[in-house]
Amino acid sequence: MAQLPERPSAWGGLSAILDTPTKQWTVTAVLLAAMVALPFVTDGYITVIVTHALLYVVLALGLNIVVGYAGLLDLGFAAFFAVGAYTVGITTQYFGLNFWLALPLAVVFASIAGIIIGTPTLRLRSDYLAIVTLGFGEIVRLTARNLRETGGASGIRGIESPWIFGYHVQSNIDFYFVFLILAVLGIIVSVRLANSRLGRAWLYVRHDEDAAEAMGIDRVRVKLAAYVVGAIYGSIGGAFFAANLGAISPESFSFRQSVEILMVVILGGIGKIPGVVLGAFIVILAPEFLRGVGDLRYFIFAVGLLLIMLFRPSGIWPARSKR
Amino acid sequence: MTIFDIFTNQLLNGIVLGSFYALVALGYTMVFGVVKLLNFAHGELYMVGGFAGFLVLSFLAPFIGAGWFGVAVSMVFAMIAIGFLGVVIERVAYAPMLSAPRLSILITALAVSLVLQNGMLALTKGQYVPFGSALGFGGINLGKLFISYNQMILVSVAALLMLALEMFVSRTQYGRAMRAVAVDKDMSRLMGINVNAVIAVTFFLGSALAAAAGTMAGAFYGSLWYFMGFLIGLKAFTAAVIGGIGSIPGAMLGGLILGLLESFATQLDLRGMGIPFKVGSEWKDVFSFSVLILILVFKPTGLLGKSEQERM
Repeated sequence: MAQLPERPSAWGGLSAILDTPTKQWTVTAVLLAAMVALPFVTDGYITVIVTHALLYVVLALGLNIVVGYAGLLDLGFAAFFAVGAYTVGITTQYFGLNFWLALPLAVVFASIAGIIIGTPTLRLRSDYLAIVTLGFGEIVRLTARNLRETGGASGIRGIESPWIFGYHVQSNIDFYFVFLILAVLGIIVSVRLANSRLGRAWLYVRHDEDAAEAMGIDRVRVKLAAYVVGAIYGSIGGAFFAANLGAISPESFSFRQSVEILMVVILGGIGKIPGVVLGAFIVILAPEFLRGVGDLRYFIFAVGLLLIMLFRPSGIWPARSKR
Repeated sequence: MTIFDIFTNQLLNGIVLGSFYALVALGYTMVFGVVKLLNFAHGELYMVGGFAGFLVLSFLAPFIGAGWFGVAVSMVFAMIAIGFLGVVIERVAYAPMLSAPRLSILITALAVSLVLQNGMLALTKGQYVPFGSALGFGGINLGKLFISYNQMILVSVAALLMLALEMFVSRTQYGRAMRAVAVDKDMSRLMGINVNAVIAVTFFLGSALAAAAGTMAGAFYGSLWYFMGFLIGLKAFTAAVIGGIGSIPGAMLGGLILGLLESFATQLDLRGMGIPFKVGSEWKDVFSFSVLILILVFKPTGLLGKSEQERM
């Protein structure tokens, strides 16, 4: 992403404070403590919404690797989410598999899906890639809707929630903590990846593909890795989503879902993890407060997205270029 | 029905469908040719164009009726209005982004499409809106094949519009400027071509054609929906890619091919031959998107496109 010249502003000052490492630890610890305490001090409604926001944190972290780290626009990310959810739904329902056996299967299938769609298309120019992923997302949704095995338009119901060491994870608060743990793990993995050899390769490819290739980086393999890691995040989110709701249908994985996940990534600042978390909470919580305005809320969101792209293209809370 | 009847019937359906695809694909291809931008919002211009045509028609119907004449007049108004909308979108959203990174401009284009789509969702409350045209059901019989006057008029109007566009691009000074800008924007500017004006004209024409298709589709199928631009946008892009993106004859050809492929695919059923393969209407979109992916993978330059080694 192009870096805008840093403007001194109140907002910039705040984000500068939040960006200093020592303060960051303090802020993280306080936030985490608040998140742990949250379900005990608020009512069930808030818990459910925040659980949903945490799911979006997981999904958006995955898409952030594809879009933010590797710089590839994926408009069909819900497809990986769907693969995860449907794998769990089908294997636990029809084959009587335990959730914990279904989960790795979901990850495997999503990775395979990532490789299948990535291998032929990652050589394409970026706008072709965007539309191919869009088409791919629609193919997955339509397939889920048309096949008998996936339950057609009504989907799969009665998916059993998992047991952990004899404890049945089933209440809303249980799932709140499941998604909180997933989100925290997801953040740790994302941070570690960004600072890894692969993470640096992504950064390089994003900034200048040709130069990266000249330096010996296999750009197709590096992009494919981003795709697969993103797919894994998506499928894990999908698997727990299916276990949480107990019912899935094709319309949970439509283009609108893909766009919402993308919005989370862009809103908070492409490539930056605190931005992704912030974005997830804005995208999921804002519509709850905007319920009164009905269908208009999607329009407000779209206008917001456009304004951000035009006036603050690196997001509300952009990544500061350290290198 | 014999095999031959099915064949001629689907041929007709394919040509009608292909005309819509071709009209929308032209906008994609022209904009792409001149500014190298994939205009995600193009499908939405088709949708908004349909609604604009409907709006004009509901004002004019008491005076000139809601038959083909009324629809044609509404179509012209809708084309002008949406043409200007396209220019405004280019000025406001795309022009400031043309030098920005690829990812930003793609997301901006997506945002524009979401604004149009969700704006219409809010206006129509997500309901289907009856178009309110009165086109009649007449037609002629050729053997067992029934061709309605509506189908004939629709295909002829589409053909006329495409012919006019082809004449404009190949015969007029603006058309020549457009072709020059498509080849080399900076050099064209040095030669004294007003590049911004050419880009505006390109957006105007592309958007107007989408609006024409939207109005005709509304009149032909009888209803409008805020989400109707999404699918045709994707299909028309497929058509543009089949023909070779950037090529105007390619978009027309690609539209026709995709329309025919799709209408024949719905009849494709190999189960009689022991192969468990059937496309049918519920799989036809999957079929089209698969065609798109296959073409992009194996022949990204399409049938009539020029090969260009360019990475963005």
